[in-house]
Amino acid sequence: MNNRRRNLLKSAGAAAALLAAGLLKPVAALAATWNKDAFAAKKADDALKTIGAASAAPSGDIVIEAPQIAENGAVVPIEITSKIAGTTSIAVLIEKNPYPLVAKFDFMEGALPFVKVNVKMAETSEVRVVAAAAGKNYLASKEIKVTIGGCGG
Amino acid sequence: MAGPMKMRATLGSGYTDVRVLMTHPMTTEQQSKGQPHFIQNLTVKVNGKTAIEGQISQAVSRNPVFSFRLKGGAKGDKIEVSWLDNKGETNKTETAVA
Repeated sequence: MNNRRRNLLKSAGAAAALLAAGLLKPVAALAATWNKDAFAAKKADDALKTIGAASAAPSGDIVIEAPQIAENGAVVPIEITSKIAGTTSIAVLIEKNPYPLVAKFDFMEGALPFVKVNVKMAETSEVRVVAAAAGKNYLASKEIKVTIGGCGG
Repeated sequence: MAGPMKMRATLGSGYTDVRVLMTHPMTTEQQSKGQPHFIQNLTVKVNGKTAIEGQISQAVSRNPVFSFRLKGGAKGDKIEVSWLDNKGETNKTETAVA
């Protein structure tokens, strides 16, 4: 609906005036994009669909290093290395979190497909990692047991 | 307010190891009665060129610490990491590879 409004404004030639008045913020200035739909998904499968990774082939070339048992769900260290040649992105999903998608990293030239991040886990859950390489998706998962959840107070 | 960031970039064997800490509450919906406050975007630049872009959720732990690896690298390479949160706050830090 916002788009429509903008289009209307543009056709009326008023967009520039509004910009000057600061009513329409130049979103591009912030540059960053955040996949709201994927992060709002309440099921891991829905989040994967939204990031275009509905079908992923299991792969042993994605290494997930994480504790088998996390005593504190508020800080669970997860280290991910993709050995798949040409990996361009890595997404991390925690199946039983209220919003499973935790992070997605895009790797450009000059970066290695590796990331270590501390995450919150509500309860014992499967952690899924999806790596994309040459337009294909690959999946690895690991269960982490949580004794105290880390999403509430 | 955007708290301080800390970063260390060191040469490994064939890669550069980047460790960065961001001071941020990273509050979830449950913790804040529906008013979450968390970093959404982060960018890693090497000598001014974007190498890694991350999108993260409220499920990343408070005061996030990330490790990244960059191909090759040399002493003195400039690494810049910046973040943007869901309230429009932003911060960045820069360091040279040691």
